[in-house]
Amino acid sequence: MERVEFIEEKSSDSNLRKESMILNMGPQHPSTHGVLRVVLYLDGEVVQEAVPYVGYLHRGIEKLCEDITYQQCLPYTDRMDYIASICNNIGFILSVEKLLGIEDEIPERAKVTEVILSELGRIESHLVGIGTNAMDLGAMSAFLFCFKERERVYDILEIVCGARLTTSYPRVGGLPAELPDNFEEAIRNFLKIFPKTLNEVDKLLTRNKIFIERTRGVATISAEEAINFGLTGPSLRGSGVPFDLRKSNPYLDYDQYDFEVPVATDGDAYSRFLCRFEEMRQSLKIIEQAIDRLPDGPFIADLPDIVLPEKQKVYTQMESLIRHFVIVYNGFNTPPGEIYHGVENPKGELGYYIVSDGTGKPYRIHVRGPSFVNMQALPLMAKGRLVADVIAAIGSIDIVLGEIDR
Amino acid sequence: MSGFTLEQLSSRLGSHIESSSEFRGENTYFVAPEKISEVLTVLKEEFNFDYLVDLTAVDYLGIKSPRFEMVYYLHRFGEQYDENIRVRIKCSISEDKPAIDSVTSLWAGADWLEREVYDMFGIVFNGHPDLRRILMPEDYDEYPLRKDFDVRNREPSKRSFKKALSEGNF
Repeated sequence: MERVEFIEEKSSDSNLRKESMILNMGPQHPSTHGVLRVVLYLDGEVVQEAVPYVGYLHRGIEKLCEDITYQQCLPYTDRMDYIASICNNIGFILSVEKLLGIEDEIPERAKVTEVILSELGRIESHLVGIGTNAMDLGAMSAFLFCFKERERVYDILEIVCGARLTTSYPRVGGLPAELPDNFEEAIRNFLKIFPKTLNEVDKLLTRNKIFIERTRGVATISAEEAINFGLTGPSLRGSGVPFDLRKSNPYLDYDQYDFEVPVATDGDAYSRFLCRFEEMRQSLKIIEQAIDRLPDGPFIADLPDIVLPEKQKVYTQMESLIRHFVIVYNGFNTPPGEIYHGVENPKGELGYYIVSDGTGKPYRIHVRGPSFVNMQALPLMAKGRLVADVIAAIGSIDIVLGEIDR
Repeated sequence: MSGFTLEQLSSRLGSHIESSSEFRGENTYFVAPEKISEVLTVLKEEFNFDYLVDLTAVDYLGIKSPRFEMVYYLHRFGEQYDENIRVRIKCSISEDKPAIDSVTSLWAGADWLEREVYDMFGIVFNGHPDLRRILMPEDYDEYPLRKDFDVRNREPSKRSFKKALSEGNF
């Protein structure tokens, strides 16, 4: 590494030599939330400069997607932000639907279900974000409460799509199958149980003297700096900027739901924690409204060129079999053009930039990952602080390396 | 400045815009590569496009000439942070010496996004403070998202492994 600079200062005692120490944090350090390496240049215990190194988990998802059909890209999106894979899936499906121009044809039942699932994903991600942030700072029990509750979210995802972590759930045009009979019951049960745990975590952390001491005034970033760095999600709202794509660009009819965008003004790690915490309450509110209005009716759009035919018809009708074969092998043709669609993911704005050349395979996909952009603020947050504050800063940005490295 | 319209923008930029298009409600403006920092500065300073949403490149090998296109996607917050005005600015870059001015001085968040484009396409950003590879290994010698990159050819990684072995540096 060429960046190493030693400070040689002659002090009054000529035998003493001062130099900055280099500390390699990661890539296997548990508090870096994945394979992140941060090189810290230290003066005693004060960080002079923090340089993050990423890419250890690079799988070339953008390149891989250029060779496969749109539907085949879906499982790759699970593996980006794997804490809330359902949100990535829904973001990708919405982008392809925008490219095809079929947003108006999506049935209401599919839209409402997608809202419920993305809010569950948000809760799931914030539970991990808060839990691990607290655990890094030594609060073990809050972490256990959070992870216990996350299992309940996984249970719901399991009854909906069969998978717990890598969901790959919706399809272009709607849902792949009718929702299971116990879906509504499971959601209502969750709505009953979850606020209790939320209150317990609230008691454990929000007024916890040690937690406040470790996070208040730590890793501060002002609103101007946050906007300049392109931060989104709770990292931006923690600095007092009430920007939320669900409000400014209401996809999935988010404008028909009654919810608030929580904002904190201090811009420190504690503010970001408060934002995440309140967002979980708001997500519960959205889920409650959504499950009340979940309509009956078709779960997938009637678009024979795009949507796979029913399995029963594939086995019994020649035309459906041909259609199935064509859609699986060639994909559905998209109009040539380029679109960008951003959704409000738990960690910030997740956007897909898709360039189509008119065939069934994307010409280019670029993923604007919230963690990738938010991570850039770490050197600023860590500068001039203690090593222990770097841990609090990483936890409070709430990164996931699967999405940074893609 | 309230009541922003795209007409104001196109009349202000006027001659800088080579062409514009609209697809699925998104507006794209094509500008000349040497004008890119001027245009983006106007957008940031005069029209308050404070948030750089996305920055990337596309390789149109064999489809368009010049080959590369830079894509900037900007967002304007508005007074109440409730506007959703977004514009896409594009410019083309030739193949023989792919380089363009960096926008890190306008948006600090462009830093890693430009490094990613450099890493994946080999486009050099003039004035970037720290232009290094970001996702690929430091000694990697190809640009993976170019269309002429052979996905099945694993030679480069073998080469760098052999190189590391011979130098005893691993």
